[in-house]
Amino acid sequence: MLGNVRTLILTFLHAFQSRVTVQYPEERPYLPPRYRGRIILSRDPDGEERCVACNLCAVACPVDCISLQKTEEQGRWYPEYFRINFSRCIFCGFCEEACPTYAIQLTPDFEMSEYNRQNLVYEKEDLLISGTGKYPDYSFYHVAGVGIPGKERGTSEHERPPVDLHTLLP
Amino acid sequence: MTLLALVGIVITPLVILGLATLLTWVERRLLGVWQNRCGPNRVGPGGVLQAAADGIKILFKEDWTPPFADKGVFVLAPAIGMMTVLLSFAVIPLTFSSSIAAGLNVGLLFVLAMMGLGVYAVVLAGWASNSKFALLGGMRAAAQMISYEVFMGLALMGVVMMTGSFSLRDIVMAQSGLWFVLPQCVGFVVFLLAGIAETHRLPFDLPEGENELGAGFHTEYSGMKFGMFFIAEYAGIVLVSALITTLYLGGWQGPILPAPIWFTLKTTVLIGFFILLRAALPRPRYDQLMALGWKILLPLSLLNIVVTGAVLLLHTAG
Repeated sequence: MLGNVRTLILTFLHAFQSRVTVQYPEERPYLPPRYRGRIILSRDPDGEERCVACNLCAVACPVDCISLQKTEEQGRWYPEYFRINFSRCIFCGFCEEACPTYAIQLTPDFEMSEYNRQNLVYEKEDLLISGTGKYPDYSFYHVAGVGIPGKERGTSEHERPPVDLHTLLP
Repeated sequence: MTLLALVGIVITPLVILGLATLLTWVERRLLGVWQNRCGPNRVGPGGVLQAAADGIKILFKEDWTPPFADKGVFVLAPAIGMMTVLLSFAVIPLTFSSSIAAGLNVGLLFVLAMMGLGVYAVVLAGWASNSKFALLGGMRAAAQMISYEVFMGLALMGVVMMTGSFSLRDIVMAQSGLWFVLPQCVGFVVFLLAGIAETHRLPFDLPEGENELGAGFHTEYSGMKFGMFFIAEYAGIVLVSALITTLYLGGWQGPILPAPIWFTLKTTVLIGFFILLRAALPRPRYDQLMALGWKILLPLSLLNIVVTGAVLLLHTAG
């Protein structure tokens, strides 16, 4: 009985504590930089698309919301289309972890409500941003041993020129 | 006088219904306050129009009667619940002169009778729904309300003995020196607990018991019929608060402020207390509820009657 009275008093005293509610539209919560929100495709420091259409994100995706098609242009791989169905996405961030080129990234933005479900399917032009996202200096083709126009094989960072097999002949 | 009473008859239900509707918002807001939240604060200033929005919503909902239900009784049950609560307000004196029938010489018995009839609303609802959860809820309601009614009446006998009248106006007048809450403190506590059980409010809301019975006796109700149970429950809170004010807290009497303000103030504090109970206390088990009623509160109220009677006899003898 006394315990009940104590509970009543303690509950009443909660009226004088501060509210935990964030009055959302007027008052915005702090979202940390690593918040897993809207997915974007970033570009490398040269302004080229980072995505090499390796499909690892689509494979890692537990709800199969990513769909893409590879295309190639002078040794450089691109996604022909890149589609994320945000009505299925669970924002787990596995795609970001799987991405070998830091192309796909999750951003601290969750305000993507739509009246029409179809509008939640984001195409490549909706996903691509002009910046580098969380990794400002990383450029996949500058460290990868693939030759692309303007960068021969063997000229990447931390890479020796390819061995000329013929010089090894006796 | 008759004209005044007629005006009262028209105004009282309107005010009570409005108050009960508003109370749904007040309760949600207060529960929020006591849980470090804000509660509904968007619709209108401070969220006060939330009650209106909810009312409009529930009016436009489909009012569905299940095909397996006993139609006539199913429709009658919420009406009984509403009617008994509203009728009880007739005898509650807001001030000395402003009430419909505060001078009724069996006023308290009238209230108790109406509360007794109120049980039918819940029981019939549970029975007519023709579903297991509703029936269980109705059964619990019957057992709980009937057993709590016993010592609710017994607890009130102390007040009646001290006043020598069943009229609520006389009871308030008898408290001009000392509120009955002090000499009748045992009766007050018993009546308070019985009042909570009568309105089947948390922590004694076993007839509803969301997490074990679906929604108890109103599981099958929807639309405005459900709304009527809901509003009747809140009107019941107002009724019990007003009754406690009248019987134990001196009714309209108090210094400085005018009479209606005092009455409203006391009733409001009690309503707040009812909501605080909901915010703070968990629901007891069913057998605990019955044990509390029959093994503790009933002997207490009987003891209260005996002691009150003895003291009164000693006073009149001496």
